[in-house]
Amino acid sequence: MSATTHAPELGELGGRRVRGRPELYTSYRQDQALLNTAPKRAGVTALFLAGVVLPFLVGNDMVLLLATAAAAAIGAIGLNIVTGMAGQVSLGHAFFVGVGAFTAATLAGDPDSSRHIGFGLDMLLWLPGAAVVAGAFGALVSPLAVRLRGLYLAIVTLGLVFLGEHAFKELKDLTGGVGVGRPGPEAVVLGVDLTEPSTLLGLTLTRHVKLYLLMLVLLAVCAVLGRNVGRSALGRAFSAVRDRDIAAAVIGVPLTKYKVLAFTISSAFAGVSGALLYTIIGHIEPSSFNLLMSIRFIAMILIGGIATVSGAIMGAVFITMLPRMSQFLVRELPFLSGGQLLDQHQIEAVLYGLLIIGFLVFEPRGLFGVWLRVRNYWKGWPFSY
Amino acid sequence: MTRLAQAIVVGLGNGSIYALLALGFVIIYKATSVISFAQPSIMVAGAMLTYLFGHVVGLGFFPALALAAAATAVLALVVERTALRPMVGKPVFVVAIITIGVDVVIRVVVNRFIGLDVRPVDNPWGLSTTTFGGVIVQQRHIAMLLTTAVLVAALSLFFKYSRVGLAMRAAALDQETAQAQGVSVGMVFALSWAIAGALAAVAGAFVGTGTGIEGSTWTVALKALPAIILGGLDSVPGAVVGGILIGVVEALVATYQGSYFPWLGANFSVVSPYLVMLLVLLVRPYGLFGTPEVERV
Repeated sequence: MSATTHAPELGELGGRRVRGRPELYTSYRQDQALLNTAPKRAGVTALFLAGVVLPFLVGNDMVLLLATAAAAAIGAIGLNIVTGMAGQVSLGHAFFVGVGAFTAATLAGDPDSSRHIGFGLDMLLWLPGAAVVAGAFGALVSPLAVRLRGLYLAIVTLGLVFLGEHAFKELKDLTGGVGVGRPGPEAVVLGVDLTEPSTLLGLTLTRHVKLYLLMLVLLAVCAVLGRNVGRSALGRAFSAVRDRDIAAAVIGVPLTKYKVLAFTISSAFAGVSGALLYTIIGHIEPSSFNLLMSIRFIAMILIGGIATVSGAIMGAVFITMLPRMSQFLVRELPFLSGGQLLDQHQIEAVLYGLLIIGFLVFEPRGLFGVWLRVRNYWKGWPFSY
Repeated sequence: MTRLAQAIVVGLGNGSIYALLALGFVIIYKATSVISFAQPSIMVAGAMLTYLFGHVVGLGFFPALALAAAATAVLALVVERTALRPMVGKPVFVVAIITIGVDVVIRVVVNRFIGLDVRPVDNPWGLSTTTFGGVIVQQRHIAMLLTTAVLVAALSLFFKYSRVGLAMRAAALDQETAQAQGVSVGMVFALSWAIAGALAAVAGAFVGTGTGIEGSTWTVALKALPAIILGGLDSVPGAVVGGILIGVVEALVATYQGSYFPWLGANFSVVSPYLVMLLVLLVRPYGLFGTPEVERV
């Protein structure tokens, strides 16, 4: 240690890359960079491009399913922030998704309708609106998380789903009521309907393809946002609260503040996800925001990989494709339904349950963990160390 | 006045069912420190088996109930052994989610057997009533209350005086120390699941005595969750008190909300337990009788 202080040569902030040694990090910032290795950069670019090309290669219904998966992934990223990163178990995600969906539908709704309240606003307003209102509800609920821990919190958030479902059913001016519902918001930006079929460079863009591309872009934005939460001071504070809240408090992480923030951010993501999901589906039914939806989101992050953005996306795609897989199972394995044992929906539900159990028992890191194993195997190949 | 008394009696009857379910939750929680979200499906399975033994096979209500309780206990044992035992030592959240998975699987299979029909549970009371001083009481509510009283008394005697009960209490207090004294903690886990399963089966059968069993019967069991939170997750008397309180609150809301707070909407009574739970928790985070968590830093 010399007595004189000098500026750190490699720079605590910038850091220098060393030619020919791509995995040498000389600063924390480099290590925490969004795409810190060349394969990651190439991989993510390739994935995104594949995502753009995909709708032109698969059938129309598949495109719609992929769009739904992208919208659901935004919600899963949100749940992963509060449950995965900050460790606050929430079974109440469906409630916030519902708040977002109905906020968007109300803001975008037809102002002249005699059945529902509507303001006829643009997507540029209803999408942030859904995030803000759902986030506000998250902040409103978060004092419970400050008071409670672990399973107590899980049960209370479960109660929230039931109370919310009841409120959605009763507020008929906003939601249309049970069995009726109301139309979902429409993706109209500055008077241009983004889902209107059109042609571009000789390619026909159908309504489904345009919806999907819109969701893909929004998912990319939300994924970057979610990843940035994870790798910033905010995310480190969340992890500290998750791993040991008392220790976090001792080293100066204000618990109340970060629990409130976690719930608010997560609910805002849920709100956006709800608004987008029902832009795709086109119709909102108040009783769909039930416990099952919450469990579906939990399944997404557990099967995908807890506390990772890519895991949330993988999980959302997987869970959204599950009906397809059970259809396939029913077709290929006729003895499942041939003996009148279970129909397709029942097989789907059983698969949910079994997958949740299976992943938790055998691969707690989810699909992300599977990916890590595959990657590490080939990275070190032929060495196993 | 009659209206109030009648509401309270209905509440006591339904509340005793919630108490049975809540007891199951608490017994499992005390032994394994996990909340079993599989209880709703196990309850429906028990109710379905009672229908099977009682209505299809044609045994009487009580033999059918006993057989169903035993069979459901076995089902709970199987669940514990296959899905839960491998997870000992894992974070409680993970185990709780596993029980959700178990719940989904069992419920789908049971609902497949229930189908779209309403399955009647043959019982001696039906919807017949008795009048006590102007208050009309459904006989089945009295039967529920009495059955619960008998079961709770039997369980407390079991925990207090039997060797196995003592072992269970020891394991709940400190697993390692209990093991050092020769208590088989695995047996305690299995036994608590079996007891909880049997209790859930009895509760399910009594739920079925009114309107039969249908696809949505499982939601009744979820009302035991506010009950255990109200009473405190780890308190056996709390479960009973919480269950009965929730039942009474629900019945009172069902009776009076329509005339005093109509703006809360129809069927508000169904969700009122959750509201009570939220309010109590804001004041007492560990319920009425729960032990506050003390952490050594």
